[in-house]
Amino acid sequence: MLGIRDVTHRYRDGTTITLPNWQAQDGEHWALLGPSGSGKTTLLHILGGLLRPQRGQVFIGERRLDQLGERALDQFRGQHIGVVFQTLHLVDALTVENNLRLARYFAGLSQDRNQILEVLDRLGVAEVARHHPHRLSQGQAQRVALARAIINEPAVILADEPTSALDDKTCQQVLELLTAQALACHATLVIATHDARVRGVLEHALELEPAE
Amino acid sequence: MNLFRLSLAYLRRNALSALLNVLLLALGIATITVLLLFSYQVEQRLTRDAADIDMVVGAKGSPMQLILSSVFHIDVPTGNIPLHEARWVQNHPLVAGTIPLALGDSYRGFRIVGTTPRYVRHYGGAPAGGSLWDDDMEAVLGARVAERTGLGVGDRFAGVHGITGGEAVGGEVHEDHPYTVTGVLRHTNSVLDRLILVSVPSVWKVHGYDHEAGLGPEHEHAGGRPAQDGAVDGNGDAQSDDEGAQGPDDERELTALLVQYQSPLAAVTLPRVINSRGPLQAAAPAYETARLMQMMGIGLDTLRAFGWVLVIAAGLGVFIGLYNALKDRRYDLAQMRTLGASRRRLFNHILTEAIMLAVMGALLGLALGHVAAEVLGQSFRQTQQLEITGAVFLTQELWLVGLAVAVGIVAAVIPAVQAYRTDIAETLGRGR
Repeated sequence: MLGIRDVTHRYRDGTTITLPNWQAQDGEHWALLGPSGSGKTTLLHILGGLLRPQRGQVFIGERRLDQLGERALDQFRGQHIGVVFQTLHLVDALTVENNLRLARYFAGLSQDRNQILEVLDRLGVAEVARHHPHRLSQGQAQRVALARAIINEPAVILADEPTSALDDKTCQQVLELLTAQALACHATLVIATHDARVRGVLEHALELEPAE
Repeated sequence: MNLFRLSLAYLRRNALSALLNVLLLALGIATITVLLLFSYQVEQRLTRDAADIDMVVGAKGSPMQLILSSVFHIDVPTGNIPLHEARWVQNHPLVAGTIPLALGDSYRGFRIVGTTPRYVRHYGGAPAGGSLWDDDMEAVLGARVAERTGLGVGDRFAGVHGITGGEAVGGEVHEDHPYTVTGVLRHTNSVLDRLILVSVPSVWKVHGYDHEAGLGPEHEHAGGRPAQDGAVDGNGDAQSDDEGAQGPDDERELTALLVQYQSPLAAVTLPRVINSRGPLQAAAPAYETARLMQMMGIGLDTLRAFGWVLVIAAGLGVFIGLYNALKDRRYDLAQMRTLGASRRRLFNHILTEAIMLAVMGALLGLALGHVAAEVLGQSFRQTQQLEITGAVFLTQELWLVGLAVAVGIVAAVIPAVQAYRTDIAETLGRGR
């Protein structure tokens, strides 16, 4: 189970946003929809433990993220949450393989090379394992970023605008990859987007109202 | 993957600026290392050479020059003192022991020193081959002299008048008075290694025959009593027994006397008494050595400051490099936080990078410093003034590494704090 209850967040500029109570069952795929400024990204960051809400409860399974200490939250995020951003933020100083290794390392998990290669292989990018990210095509980079998000077999996969800059065909492929990998890890998938093409693909959708 | 490898990966990506900082740091550390090695070895050497010599008595002049010439053998003597004056010092009740030195000649830049076997014992010298001299015109070579000249036991050589050092001394060759090598000394790491030792009467003899107005002693009587002179050397205590009666008309001279006091009390009165005696001057090696180190110290301090300037510049380079790189790296850092890295980890990640640079710079600097000291030492060895090697390791060098690391840490603190403060949501929210 993944959800929020009575969450409000206050931005640096002083404006506050109140998010609707919401919850998803394990393994469900959700689209988080709404125009710019409706709080999609904020909600996604709160769900990912990247942002602490000013008030309210955030839960993943039995855990209350809003109650975890800083270090515990870091560890929980590393082990149970996979995030794919619109800008992929692969670490260019490291090879593809080591980018995945980094995810294992920061989560405090064992760094098994076979497992890493297996995940890369599943996503069809095993052959670029030794390449640095700047040598990858956009499609390959997208797959590597997804591989990094799922390498720790997270309970929750969060994607922030993964498709908005892509053409229809690539958009379709990315959505298929995300849902397929979420299924493979039995993870709850939440995609925050204003991209209408996503709406029909996922079984559930949460519409956020634009802020007044 | 670990922080070490992660930091290394970033260093490799910016290899050029990393290399620049490492080199800058290494040059600074190398400069300081060379100075450390030099001043340590010079001081060691000076202390060893001057050990247990309470006072040097020689001709009037600069006390520093007297010490340099007769203890360290790196300057020309102030002159000579009459033998009967030297006797007076030897027989003084506050004097426990003396070693006479008669200088004047050299062979291929190495000084020929007329002295007694006590001089050899003073520095713990012992023959590695052959034996000490028993008779006049016999010579014992210091270890380096033997190495450099290739002379061995049984060989003969002739001294050259003058001791200014260097191979090309323009002095007159005493060809009619060749010395025979009877022994070669073991390495003592003291001044002994680069001296040629003979009996005092040998020096007199050479000059007695050769010169009308040579170094000192001359004319008929110097060369005329080989038997007597042999006896003098035999009991190792120069001239005290046989020639005391010669009186002021004896023209034989010594260059200096190395004196050991009977008691510490002598230091209070004896120098004053000696200085008041016409031609004599007393100088204390400990005092002059300290003065010498102090004078050298001013120059060394300047160089050392220069070394630290380089180290600080390297520190600034590390700081600027990290600080600038942080702008590009903040997305990486936010991503790492997303992957579960704690704030502390990111702080340590930046710090590790700076420490790695510092350690590489320091180690490279130490290596360079030792190589430089060895190379410079080799060139000094050519001129025979000092033996300095790069193969000495000092505990201060560990301090140098520590200080370099400290500079690295200081340089990295501000960037590391910034990394620590990385706000994930805000950074990634901006990131598109």
